[in-house]
Amino acid sequence: MNSTAHPSTLAHHFDTLEQQRESASLGMWVFLGQEVMFFGGLFLAYLVYRASYPAVFAEASHHLDVVLGGVNTAILIASSLTMALAVYGAQTGKRNMLILFLVATMILGLAFLGIKAVEYHHKYEDKLIPGLGFSYPGPHGRQAQLFFGLYFAMTGMHALHMVIGIALLVWLIKDARTGRFTPDYHSHIENFGLYWHFVDIVWIFLFPLLYLIGLH
Amino acid sequence: MSIFVAPSIPVETQEHYLNNDYGIRSWLLTRDHKRIALLYLASITLFFFLGGFFAVLIRLELLTPQGDMVQAETYNKLFTMHGVIMIFFFLIPSIPATLGNFLVPLMVGAKDLAFPRINLLSWYIYVVGGLFTLGAVLVGGVDTGWTFYTPYSTTYSNGYVIATGVGAFITGFSSILTGLNFIVTIHKMRAPGLTWFRLPLFIWAQYAASIIMILGTPVIAITLVLLALERAFHIGIFDPAFGGDPVLFQHLFWFYSHPAVYIMVLPGMGVISELISCFARKYIFGYHFVAFSSLGIAVLGFLVWGHHLFVSGQSVYAGLIFSILSFLVAIPSAIKVFNWTATLYKGSISYQSPMLYAFGFVGLFTIGGLTGLFLASIGLDVHVHDTYFVVAHFHYIMVGGTLMAYLGGMHFWWPKMTGRMFPEGWAKFSALVVFVGFNLTFLPQFILGYLGMPRRYHAYPEEFQVLNVMSSAGASILGVGYVIPMIYFIWSLKYGALASPNPWGATGLEWRTPSPPPPENFKEIPVVNEGPYEYSIREIKVV
Amino acid sequence: MFSGFPLFPDQASTMAGEVDALYFFLIAITLFFSVLIAGLIVYFAIRYRRRSEVELPEPITGSTKLEALWTVIPFLIVMIIFGWGAKIFFTLSRPPSDAMPIYVTGKQWMWKLQHLEGQREINELHIPVGRAVKLVMSSEDVIHSFYVPAFRVKADVLPGRYTHLWFKATQPGEYHLFCAEYCGTKHSGMIGKVVVMEPADFQAWLSGGPPAESMTARGQRLFQSLACHTCHKSDGTGRGPVLNGVFGKPVALQTGQTAIADDNYLRESILNPGAKVVAGYQPVMPVFQGLINEDALSQILAYLKSLAPQPAVQPGATAVQPAVPPATTQQRRNP
Repeated sequence: MNSTAHPSTLAHHFDTLEQQRESASLGMWVFLGQEVMFFGGLFLAYLVYRASYPAVFAEASHHLDVVLGGVNTAILIASSLTMALAVYGAQTGKRNMLILFLVATMILGLAFLGIKAVEYHHKYEDKLIPGLGFSYPGPHGRQAQLFFGLYFAMTGMHALHMVIGIALLVWLIKDARTGRFTPDYHSHIENFGLYWHFVDIVWIFLFPLLYLIGLH
Repeated sequence: MSIFVAPSIPVETQEHYLNNDYGIRSWLLTRDHKRIALLYLASITLFFFLGGFFAVLIRLELLTPQGDMVQAETYNKLFTMHGVIMIFFFLIPSIPATLGNFLVPLMVGAKDLAFPRINLLSWYIYVVGGLFTLGAVLVGGVDTGWTFYTPYSTTYSNGYVIATGVGAFITGFSSILTGLNFIVTIHKMRAPGLTWFRLPLFIWAQYAASIIMILGTPVIAITLVLLALERAFHIGIFDPAFGGDPVLFQHLFWFYSHPAVYIMVLPGMGVISELISCFARKYIFGYHFVAFSSLGIAVLGFLVWGHHLFVSGQSVYAGLIFSILSFLVAIPSAIKVFNWTATLYKGSISYQSPMLYAFGFVGLFTIGGLTGLFLASIGLDVHVHDTYFVVAHFHYIMVGGTLMAYLGGMHFWWPKMTGRMFPEGWAKFSALVVFVGFNLTFLPQFILGYLGMPRRYHAYPEEFQVLNVMSSAGASILGVGYVIPMIYFIWSLKYGALASPNPWGATGLEWRTPSPPPPENFKEIPVVNEGPYEYSIREIKVV
Repeated sequence: MFSGFPLFPDQASTMAGEVDALYFFLIAITLFFSVLIAGLIVYFAIRYRRRSEVELPEPITGSTKLEALWTVIPFLIVMIIFGWGAKIFFTLSRPPSDAMPIYVTGKQWMWKLQHLEGQREINELHIPVGRAVKLVMSSEDVIHSFYVPAFRVKADVLPGRYTHLWFKATQPGEYHLFCAEYCGTKHSGMIGKVVVMEPADFQAWLSGGPPAESMTARGQRLFQSLACHTCHKSDGTGRGPVLNGVFGKPVALQTGQTAIADDNYLRESILNPGAKVVAGYQPVMPVFQGLINEDALSQILAYLKSLAPQPAVQPGATAVQPAVPPATTQQRRNP
């Protein structure tokens, strides 16, 4: 029995590399299905209140920085491109390409979080964080607080997922540098790519819903 | 005609999953699904008795109409903690995390679940969530009811709402990871020849329950997050003064919590299919219908949450839609009951203790399920909503149903898990005690509910006392019925007769390997070339 | 009547008998199927008990005909039950138009009830037999639920919104009133009684006790003291829409949608006026959230409901007058 019959990358409870790869992939898809439901609850709450108070939500939305939000959107989309290129690098065995693009993805992710931090700081200065001295100009402060509460809950939850993603990227970069990933064995990269794209898609929904209400 | 033959190596000298490694690290760092199942077994049993302890105190208080044993606030904490512990820390993980974890790989002919380390992680997450909640109990507890309705929970309660919510939130991920593991395992790791319709119905049931775990649990997670944010930062999402809607919380909460009851009962139904087929020695009647009913229940279960909101102020039309859907979800359960009963026809029936639990399940689940029809009838629900009628209904399903199935399954697979037999006489006796005690506890509660006694009442009008005393008396008998198996199961670990690979003469891949199984489950991966429950095809000998 | 060992609640309202009929039907179904299943299990378990270790059972796998039978028949049965329950629910949800309104406020941990004539009760509700009564309810704090088992009625009582329930008592007596939604420490103490009286006794009760100012009179005073009348003039010259006759009528909103001016619309218009602005008017009404409690709100509501539509407006007309003098308002004694 030669080593290719049970390669070192094959976990003992799987029979073939193919079974292992398919299981990992299905696992990630199932996990993402769960994530859809998780964010879905937040989106539902948002949609209910936006339908109830469209004018106030539009007005409150104008306090958000569309430019920064737009830049962040571009950054995330670019990071999905770099992630896809990283997967390609893994698939074709180009280790340097893999590492380069994993690092690029991480840098873009960090840039996103940095801009988010700037935005949050502005909101803090403008006293628009519920629970931290919230004070809204105009008569619609109460429903505006609903908007901002949901804004922070949704973007905060998204940012948390970004942080987790970046932490995972650190680990993947570390592993990629040891040559662990080959054309035959790179499920981690592919499945992480799925996760990263999902987090990107969540932002693609968040951005117009939160930032672009009633913009002419 | 093939006959399974017992291995000739004496059991005591075989290597199996319990003796292949020793020491605390071999348990706490195990990747073996069988050991993880036992880790879960220990934890959920602890929580069961804690939740049961709170139930004892509740029933003691309710012996008298006055609230004279504990203060009102304490009583409110007792029923809250009873609910939180029993639901999140016992019922939801019970069958999936113990029997499921142990059996799913064995039943599909695999060496382990798809993700063994995630399996271990799920146990640690459960423990952390459990300790968090236990901590919340110890520092003072929470008094909102396990349903955490706003605005009481967000604005008025003085209890440890956020701490308890965080505990439940954490434990939810344990549920999600278990479901994820089962789905991938069942899809990708079946033995050669094991097609979907050759799978045991226990697997179909676990699969359906896992779908609910994956899709439903995240919604309660985000609901608890919103609850915590509201309580901590008062964003206003459930506060009408800010334009928020307290009833939105109810929709979000029940969107998970209704399907959750199917997470609790579907695995139990899966166990019953295994027990009835084995002890009637017969193919389950209407196998395909039972399998598809499990999926049907999982899907329809997501569409009925609004029946908890019939009197909440939701629109009449929404109420009607939820009412009709709630009737529809009863149909697949009825189909299963008829099929189980039909399986007995011209079977070869023996009365061993697992089968007694199965009989109990079918009878009590039937009653519990039919009383669900009372609640689905929207005009009638107005009267019985939030009364003891509801309490009786769900205890019939959860205790008369799920818990009996769990006990039946524990008795059935105990020899496989531990390599020991338990004393059958005591097991039969306990089954009977549980059945009698259960009915005495909960049947009077239907009457109390229709009379109008509301739930969560610390004190009640005098004329309700006789029925309450009956219920408490039943509870004391029921408690005895649960303590006895604890004793003889532990006793059996040292003194029970050694079990053979297939003491019950059952079909199923888990019985084709020694008791207890070797660490890798099968010396050789089985190849399957027949369907499940082929009792009539060949003689399945007890070996 | 509160003593003894009852096994069934009193039937004290017009709906109680209807609800009970459905209940008994369901009991019959439950008994039938439970006995059927239990009986079959016991019968099969005995008849087909294992007599020898080597016996092989019959290779029966199923029967599509039976599956169809025991799918279709339960389906038909549950559809009947659904329809029956729906019919009862429609009736329970639609108060008769001549129902006598009572305003209820739930708060931790008591029920406050206001009669239109002005009598206020705590944890007790006196009503005449044979008269439809509609409760207009809201909560000052958490969610409660108003439950009278003898009438078979229940509705949650919410903060921020009005909910309703109605009943017509058929039998004089005293009946339990319970709070049926867990609301905190003294939830089980938030109980009381509904006292159903013969009409003559009820009249005597109404006029006995200290003279009470009617709700509409109180509401009118609030309407003045809160300066509502300065904008809501009945001649249409004010900055706010005319409110005479507004109750129950459709209102055209600024957004182009139409709302019906029911209890909750009026409530929202006072507490959060910016939510729905009437077409042709500016959103300048001050927010009264936090400035009016539930009792006062229901009095204003009662007053507004009493304002019949004015004849065609004349320029220079005086401030709003109620259509009927307050002391005799709402004395709708017509059976």
